[in-house]
Amino acid sequence: MDGVRDCIPTLLGYISIGIAMGVVGISSGLTVLHVFLLAIFVYAGSAQFIICAMIASASPISAIIMTTFIVNLRHFLLSSALAPNFTQYSIWKNIGIGTLLTDESFGVAITKVLKKKPITDTWMNGLNITAYIVWIISCTLGAYLGGWVPNPSTFGLDYALTAMFIALLILQLQTIESSKFKHYLLLILLMVICMVIFSTFLSGSLSVIISTVVVATIGVVTDKS
Amino acid sequence: MTNTAFALLLIGCTLVTFIPRVIPFLVARNFTLSKPIEKWLSYLPVCIFTGLIVENLLQTNGSELGINWNVLIATIPTIFVAAFSKSLLTTVLFGIICMGIVRFIL
Repeated sequence: MDGVRDCIPTLLGYISIGIAMGVVGISSGLTVLHVFLLAIFVYAGSAQFIICAMIASASPISAIIMTTFIVNLRHFLLSSALAPNFTQYSIWKNIGIGTLLTDESFGVAITKVLKKKPITDTWMNGLNITAYIVWIISCTLGAYLGGWVPNPSTFGLDYALTAMFIALLILQLQTIESSKFKHYLLLILLMVICMVIFSTFLSGSLSVIISTVVVATIGVVTDKS
Repeated sequence: MTNTAFALLLIGCTLVTFIPRVIPFLVARNFTLSKPIEKWLSYLPVCIFTGLIVENLLQTNGSELGINWNVLIATIPTIFVAAFSKSLLTTVLFGIICMGIVRFIL
């Protein structure tokens, strides 16, 4: 139940983005059932938005799948960072935790790890499953509302996701020892520079992955401790 | 979109999101991480979240890369609120209101 409680702060993000996702899905020509199935099986906000946009522009299925793969490849990095904390649990529990990992649940979990608090499989499942259920309900609700709700971005709701990433980044930084703080600020600066450079010729999601790999490597090389 | 086309799309997209999420959890069980890898992994969260924020700050107008000023203006106060409140919920609520105001004015 602690996992469920720790999920609550992120729920507003899932609800607002989920509803927006449902609305966009309907306006892209999907049915309520399609939106519902995408939420259950794909379960990745940014990918679901891109799938809708590409369906609306009549892209070939192979291109949509390839794009989804690239957009979600960062989950490979998130899972890699979190997985070492769950090696004592069974293979099926690990698959379950990995399947439902999101940017937000990763952020909440890794913040807890960095604060040196123990994390258990039941806590992680509470966190993941709460988010999963709320996401499915929100997307479906958005799809039902789709016909008569104005564009959600008018109210600033689409900014919920960015605001959450900001909060998660700041929470990470607050767990870092003061001796390493300068090093991290340098890496953030490098990250911004890499993003600007790569974004001039790559998609945003590929830029995130490549910049992260480059800057994390620089981080290891320049780490003096 | 036909149901068959949608089914194919759904299966494909499910696999390409499921596999990258799960593989690290399977691999981590069979290897003990070396010190440099462990360090590399510890830098990922800060890098990824910075990357995702910057992705939202940038926008392409045709072939030209530019700054999304609305997002930048809402982001600066949101960073301060995140630092002082140390709360996800407060930050998200503040961010949404801030963005709503920015869009209303500009």
